[in-house]
Amino acid sequence: MTSAPDALTGPVTLANLTEKRSFLDAMGAVNALDLSGVTELDTAGAWLIVSHQAQAKSAGRPFTVQGASPAQALLLDTVTAALAPAPPRVRRPPQHRAGDELVAIGAGVSTFSGNIGASLGFLGLVIAKLIGTILRPSRLRFTALVHHMQQAGLNAVPIVALMGFLIGIVLAFQGASQLEQFGAEVFVVDLIAISILRELGVLLTAIIVAGRSASAFTASIGSMKMREEIDAMRVLGLDPIELLVVPRILALVILLPVLAFVADMAGLFGGGLMAWVDLGISPGMFQTQLLANTDVSHMLVGLSKAPVFAVIIGVVGCHQGMQVKGNTDSLGSLTSRSVVVAIFMVIVVDALFSIFFALWGV
Amino acid sequence: MDREAVISVRGLTNRFGKTTIHEALDLDVWRGEVLGVVGASGSGKSVLLRSIVGLQRPAAGSVTVLGTDLMSASPDQRHAVENRWGVMFQDGALFSSLTVRENVEAPMREKLAIDAKTRVALADLRISMVGLPSRAGDLYPSELSGGMRKRAGLARALSLDPQIVFLDEPTAGLDPIGASEFDALIRAMQKAMGLTVFLVTHDLDTLHATCDRIAVLADRKVKFTGTMHEMLSVDHPWVHAYFHGPRAHAAQPKIEAT
Repeated sequence: MTSAPDALTGPVTLANLTEKRSFLDAMGAVNALDLSGVTELDTAGAWLIVSHQAQAKSAGRPFTVQGASPAQALLLDTVTAALAPAPPRVRRPPQHRAGDELVAIGAGVSTFSGNIGASLGFLGLVIAKLIGTILRPSRLRFTALVHHMQQAGLNAVPIVALMGFLIGIVLAFQGASQLEQFGAEVFVVDLIAISILRELGVLLTAIIVAGRSASAFTASIGSMKMREEIDAMRVLGLDPIELLVVPRILALVILLPVLAFVADMAGLFGGGLMAWVDLGISPGMFQTQLLANTDVSHMLVGLSKAPVFAVIIGVVGCHQGMQVKGNTDSLGSLTSRSVVVAIFMVIVVDALFSIFFALWGV
Repeated sequence: MDREAVISVRGLTNRFGKTTIHEALDLDVWRGEVLGVVGASGSGKSVLLRSIVGLQRPAAGSVTVLGTDLMSASPDQRHAVENRWGVMFQDGALFSSLTVRENVEAPMREKLAIDAKTRVALADLRISMVGLPSRAGDLYPSELSGGMRKRAGLARALSLDPQIVFLDEPTAGLDPIGASEFDALIRAMQKAMGLTVFLVTHDLDTLHATCDRIAVLADRKVKFTGTMHEMLSVDHPWVHAYFHGPRAHAAQPKIEAT
């Protein structure tokens, strides 16, 4: 038998599929294909031959395959059987209609309001459980509380202190260069003290804690949700809110004011240092000016916001964690969403606090 | 019969801290066979699999797959070998953000320069070969049942037309009907594609139905290898308990008949 053009030779595998396909296409209309020269055949190669055969058949030409070894014939049969029922794939309609944008806006608004409702529901649930825990302290998971106080509170001290210190330096430096023009350098102390104690200390601490802890809460609760641990708790008659959410939120409520205080002190220290170095305001003078002009109420106003921010951060973080579904994608997107929502809510509530305190005249 | 070892493990030692899992373990897997690896829980079956495919760096020893010593191979040589094996993890380990079809396409997309249409056609072929309905291609792993996830995992393992397939507990968590269908599927795939199969299992029925040879892991080594019949006469307490236990009796008539 001569090596006719209607013979495949050598390996016919996934690796050289393209080459063999162009060979088959170049062969044109033939009635038989000889496989006796094929040294290696895999399912991709078999698929090539079988689909070529099907093509010829649908064009109304007879097409036989010969010379296949028993193993190759078995492979061809298996592939033929697997290909046989192939129904036309139903494509999802990709058409873009004029109303789609409106539908998307409507769906967005509806999900958004649904989300707000769900978050408020979760907030209510958590507050109810918190009150229940306060009324019956024996139900509090003390170990979990201490653990989260360490994770979310103690471990955040270095970064919060550094942040406060740097903010103090920046304020002193920026304030000094402006106030110097009026010869009012000494008022830099008031600038630093009031802005840090009232606003920046607590707000930036809350933002850092939102970034650190809201994401951690979402990720840990979310991965427990993914592995059905939350369901397991429910079946065992344990309350996941009481076990997982209450200790986390309570830990934040207790420690966010402390962290804010740390940030305040670090900010005053940084500002004082910069004022000394840059403006020559000695520590003693800084202290006198601070005590004379800055009322302690500024600090109380600042710190009074911290527990509220803590509840927001904790509730958002835990609630997003509870929303996680079966796939890893939702864990990632909800973790990032929890940070964004927590920071956004903290800033919104801070604005509300400003209005409230302004009206109250504090 | 001259047989060619596609996987040969020599002197493999694995330690986790002070616990020694394997010590000077030797194992050969011949071309075209289905080797079942059994052993008590914690005897290091999965660790052995992970050492062979390179997910676990052994403390000592060599692993040679298809003539390449994986411990000393260059990255290119390693990739060449990796293209010729497929691994199915216990729960499929499908990428959860991709559909089943995209999962099966993924290895081809990364490793081969073939056009998208061919890739989709080949992925659909694999999906159909492992017995999944064609609509399954558009589903995400979280929408599949456990049995379908295993089949999809097998389809992805077969994506590059490998010569060796590693299966970690392929029938764990399946109902008996699904499990025996899966056994038949493994056998059919193995016959049709001439695969070498390395199979870690606890399932006696799978051993009966699919394996040419069984390797028993005990005392940190491959203690015994042989056919099902040979295993029945091995005099070792664990092997005896395993192959003669109450669960083994249900499976017994099948081998008596063969």
